[in-house]
Amino acid sequence: MTSTNHPAAPAARTVRRGLAPVPFLAPGMIYLILFMALPVGLLAFYTFFKRGRFGGIVFEFTFDNWAKLLEPLYVGVILQSIVLAGIVTLLALLIGYPMAYAIAGLSPKWRTVALIAVVLPFWTNFLIRTYAWILLLNNAGWVNQWLQGLGITDAPISMLYTPQAIVVGLLYMYLPLMVLPLYASLQQLDPSLREAATNLGATPWRAFRTVTLPLSIPGALTGCIFVFVPAMSNFVIPELIGGGKTIMVGNLVRDQFFEARDWPFGATLALLLTILLVIVIVVQTAVSRRLTEGPRRG
Amino acid sequence: MVDTTAPTTTAMRELEPTARPRAVRKPRGILVPLWLGYVFLYLPILIVVIMSFNASENLFVWKGFSLRWYPELFADEKIMQGLGNTLIVATGATAIATVLGTLLAYGIQHYTRGGLIRAFAIAPAILPDLLLGIGLLTLFSLASITLGLHSVILAHGVFATAFVTAIVLARMANLDPSLEEASRDLGAGALRTFMRVTLPQLAPGIVAGALLAFTLSIDEFVIAFFTTAPTQPTLPIVIYSMVRFGVTPEVNALATILLLVSVVTVIAAQRLTRLTGSTR
Repeated sequence: MTSTNHPAAPAARTVRRGLAPVPFLAPGMIYLILFMALPVGLLAFYTFFKRGRFGGIVFEFTFDNWAKLLEPLYVGVILQSIVLAGIVTLLALLIGYPMAYAIAGLSPKWRTVALIAVVLPFWTNFLIRTYAWILLLNNAGWVNQWLQGLGITDAPISMLYTPQAIVVGLLYMYLPLMVLPLYASLQQLDPSLREAATNLGATPWRAFRTVTLPLSIPGALTGCIFVFVPAMSNFVIPELIGGGKTIMVGNLVRDQFFEARDWPFGATLALLLTILLVIVIVVQTAVSRRLTEGPRRG
Repeated sequence: MVDTTAPTTTAMRELEPTARPRAVRKPRGILVPLWLGYVFLYLPILIVVIMSFNASENLFVWKGFSLRWYPELFADEKIMQGLGNTLIVATGATAIATVLGTLLAYGIQHYTRGGLIRAFAIAPAILPDLLLGIGLLTLFSLASITLGLHSVILAHGVFATAFVTAIVLARMANLDPSLEEASRDLGAGALRTFMRVTLPQLAPGIVAGALLAFTLSIDEFVIAFFTTAPTQPTLPIVIYSMVRFGVTPEVNALATILLLVSVVTVIAAQRLTRLTGSTR
């Protein structure tokens, strides 16, 4: 029936025309085109039209939605979101790096346990973890009770519904996403490099600074992306832990869709957010590539 | 791996006070930040679990041990409706994702060169959920599709498919292609080879992918928030409105049960992926 032909040079992957690719690729591709590419394309299309009176759309071409982004109110919200997400990312790096480094140094058996322990909170329902911080940070909450119990403070401190609380909440949500890529890059490092450094007389700290740290930068950058991207678009934590007083881009988008009934402008904000995130990811990829393939200093 | 015999010439430099046989010296203090990190990660969850056994209605005062919130939880119609909806959505989305994701992974592995289709298939996992949520809401509204559980299933199917595809692809990369070739050489047709040789080998990866898709769908809030009807809230949406408009201690009991389910699922998925012998 089918004649097997033997290629002279074995290809990396044999493409066999046994079953046509269509039944395998078509169902999934059609589905994703319909329910991913089309919705995103539709949003991009909406940004150039006027809002309808009750949340619909009027097909009159306009650049107003994009111009509206330049209003001080919206510029302020976008900058504030970038700053908050940036602080969260930096803190996650400072806390996550030592954690990942410690896990990479464990024996293989304990490594798995330690990693699962990092990932498990991430698999706990997102809203429940948000709610846990409300229990902790409330004026009558547990942190205030402990502080007063230990005699550190004598009156409750208002912690909930502040920008700082949003930072803590976001940090708590996404810290595991920083640890994982960092751990992956740290445990791939060839230990003999560090050995060589110490054998050549470097102190452990210097060996870390000159060998381990530079080599783990790509992993750190990946971790930063993993934290920054979801932190930037989150609207639940600013609302529930921030009390809606500190608005981030996500809240704006949500409000445009459900309260202001301005879908085209909501779509514009969401697309701006996506464009920003894509830029961040592109820069991160380029930097990583430069670091891993760039010319080594001789 | 364990014992590297590094040819250390002792006291090459006076900078090196003690030349140890162990190549990498690990100071004890390195574990301190790790433990502190775990305290940060687990303290909030622990508080919620402890308070689920609190006899008092007050969320901030411990009044002794009681199991009263667990039966109350199961008597709460809103929560039970949310749970039912969530299970329907997760089952539907997982069914879609398991079939489409497995087929996609096989197709990508065998018929595509370059990474374009692969990137497209995995993109939903990276796309901001907010964008996907409002995009789908816009699409359903424009196409005059009424919102309900069916629209959430379709929406969840998108990112669930991406995760199943990614996991099955990873599993496929570790397979020995010569088994498929042997089957073909022995005269089995392409379809038979796929069903008898490829699929059984992929099974652990498919199950792990399905588990992950199911868990993700159960917890997903943002996309469901935009694509469901107000009358059909999923469990996360029910929790969201409870947290917004006043919490009863039932939420603690619910959290504890969900935590247990997550722990079991994650450990199961971890075992499965280890079974798949993913080489590090």
